[in-house]
Amino acid sequence: MPLQVTGSPDEPDLLFLPWHIPLEEWPADQLVALPRGISRHVVRFVRLNGLVYAIKEVGVTLAEHEYSLLRRLDRLDVPCVEAVGVVTGRTSPTGEGLEPALITKHLQFSLPYRALFSQTLRPDTATRLLDALSLLLVRLHLAGFLWKDCSLSNTLFRRDAGAFAAYLVDAETGELHGQLSDGQRDHDLDVALVNIYGEFLDLEAGGMLHETVDPQQTAEAIIRRYRRLWAELGEALVVTAGERYKVTDKVRRLNDLGFDVAEFQVVAESDGSHVRVRPKVVDAGHHSRRLLRLTGLDVQENQARRLLNDLDAYRSHLGLPPEDEELVAHKWVAEVFEPVVQSVPRELRGKLEPAEVFHEVLEHLWFLSEQSGQDIGIDAAAASYVTQVLAYRPDELAVLGKRIGTPSDSTQSLPPILT
Amino acid sequence: MATVTFEKASRLYAGSTVPAVNQLDLDVSDGEFLVLVGPSGCGKSTSLRMLAGLEEVTSGAIRIGDRDVTHLAPKDRDIAMVFQNYALYPHMTVGDNMGFALKIAGVPKDEIKRRVNEAAKLLDLEAYVERKPKALSGGQRQRVAMGRAIVREPQVFLMDEPLSNLDAKLRVQTRTQIAALQRRLDITTLYVTHDQVEAMTMGDRVAVLKDGLLQQCDTPRAMYDTPANVFVAGFIGSPQMNLAEAVIVDGGVQLGQRVIPVPREKLDVATAEGAKTVTLGFRPEDLTITDGSTGLAVKAIVVEELGADAYVYGELVETAGNALDVIVRVNGRKPPAKGETIHVGIQPGHEHVFSTVSGKRI
Repeated sequence: MPLQVTGSPDEPDLLFLPWHIPLEEWPADQLVALPRGISRHVVRFVRLNGLVYAIKEVGVTLAEHEYSLLRRLDRLDVPCVEAVGVVTGRTSPTGEGLEPALITKHLQFSLPYRALFSQTLRPDTATRLLDALSLLLVRLHLAGFLWKDCSLSNTLFRRDAGAFAAYLVDAETGELHGQLSDGQRDHDLDVALVNIYGEFLDLEAGGMLHETVDPQQTAEAIIRRYRRLWAELGEALVVTAGERYKVTDKVRRLNDLGFDVAEFQVVAESDGSHVRVRPKVVDAGHHSRRLLRLTGLDVQENQARRLLNDLDAYRSHLGLPPEDEELVAHKWVAEVFEPVVQSVPRELRGKLEPAEVFHEVLEHLWFLSEQSGQDIGIDAAAASYVTQVLAYRPDELAVLGKRIGTPSDSTQSLPPILT
Repeated sequence: MATVTFEKASRLYAGSTVPAVNQLDLDVSDGEFLVLVGPSGCGKSTSLRMLAGLEEVTSGAIRIGDRDVTHLAPKDRDIAMVFQNYALYPHMTVGDNMGFALKIAGVPKDEIKRRVNEAAKLLDLEAYVERKPKALSGGQRQRVAMGRAIVREPQVFLMDEPLSNLDAKLRVQTRTQIAALQRRLDITTLYVTHDQVEAMTMGDRVAVLKDGLLQQCDTPRAMYDTPANVFVAGFIGSPQMNLAEAVIVDGGVQLGQRVIPVPREKLDVATAEGAKTVTLGFRPEDLTITDGSTGLAVKAIVVEELGADAYVYGELVETAGNALDVIVRVNGRKPPAKGETIHVGIQPGHEHVFSTVSGKRI
């Protein structure tokens, strides 16, 4: 059988990797030495034209199963690695069949837990890690995904402004159901508990665990966090028009657990008297990280949420699909965000941070548009804002006693597009 | 030590009108190795998961021993799901790799040690208990995985396609090991596979399912010799049984130009159902080469030589226009050439007769 690559490899050089050699024997100059977790399969990383790919040798059924599962999970907006393709029909020069390979895109800046823990791990870092994992597990379960092998090894952690976001990297044993039964979730938690406990014990045995981290307590904490989070999220909240406070309460409880609500899914009951509300939860700081990733703008969470809303509105206004997020973000910074910030005369720039200025211009725009009964456009709003509002503001730069960052004068210095 | 009983157990998924498992009745005796087998979507995995507590039982009941476990949480059922995909922790000893999960379950240290040593003995891993997994061979690693399940001393082992991600060679090896180990442990085991060869070689008994319905539950030998219906007849055995619809005539059934003798009482059953035909089944190895004057003429299309035997994949010549595929096992030393016509006869008493109305064995 000839070499076959199924999937959507957008990198033609993937086809020219030494597929005729068992992965274990690939020449070092092809590989990137990235930290790896415990795996039953041979896994290697290669760099091609600036991107890193993870390659795993695995039987054909499993490779195809995992490929399609990762694709489906991605569509369900579950944080997981991106599957690129499956390579089959590999043969050695002597005609011997080699195991098929699954290619995934390596998650940039991500680390397996071993790498995180092998540096000195502070207990609160461990807590953030566990938060990320319990959130991932809740999200997977809400999506109907039964993992059957949840572990730290099968998860990658991305450092994110002091916190971590967890991504599923190994879906080999997983199954996607419409909805999980309590028994299925319990089973997944039992497996997770034993796996995570074993992984911590192993770190301990290897002298890699901070002495204040207790394997059993830490593993059990994940399950506890999961259960609290599930209790808040597993059941949709049913509210009537006068019970808005219930939604606020729920958000507060989630905030207390250390999570943010990204959006609400609201479904009206057929008789119209109730709505079902299901919050979509993200780890704390999600919006500011997303904005930073997309635009390089490093701002506070609420500012970030506001800016992202405008960015999303801009995208839907342009009618672009969500895949072009990075592209749209660059366009938005150049055509919307920067012109507004640049319209502030230099002598007034010390008054307020650029992100806050933008936020207030949006408020002003809304106010003026409502007053005149039509959308007056952001340029007019910005001009009006500078003369009518900003000029009368106290100088925050002086109050804060430090320089407030100003965006560069051009888009040249924007960070490269990361995909 | 425990029996497992499914009593009219069904699983109906929301939004579906056909149960995934339909009124399953099954008695597994203490210490028995029962294999659930069938094509994908037949309900075999669902049945296992109902027993494990991963799938709700819509109606009916499941018992382990005399305990009704129908609505118990998975961890309260005293069962162990055996995975082939356990991680081995490199810094921990083989013994710790087997026993650590007991610690979190609150089992005292001495007890853990006793169970680990016992399991290591059973698994021929005694010499490795204090060593790191690095020292183990591939097969030994598989056994450590088994060890993790064994130390839990469950009443029932459940295995869901445990060999599916092993390569062909290791699969055959591990298959033998699991079967041998199960017999030594004498713990009731339910094993799910889609592979009928695996089922036939491992199980004390095999339960064949299709479309959520139990087709037959029997020893591998009985399943092979007396399949209960056309589906089981075609599913069990490799290469599969030849099956053909044949017209009832005086003294037997007609296949092509030949009359195959079939006992009168069997034909009477079919006639009583109002049928004019029966489904005739005959296994490739139950055909013998005859001379041209008596046997069925089979034109060889493909000849698969396996050394001792050869399989001839051919067509019945006399049913031309309505070509019927037939597989014949012949002596490997003088197989026919491709395109050659051979004549074969069914060994008397080795024919299987099924109702064309119900599909059931007559």
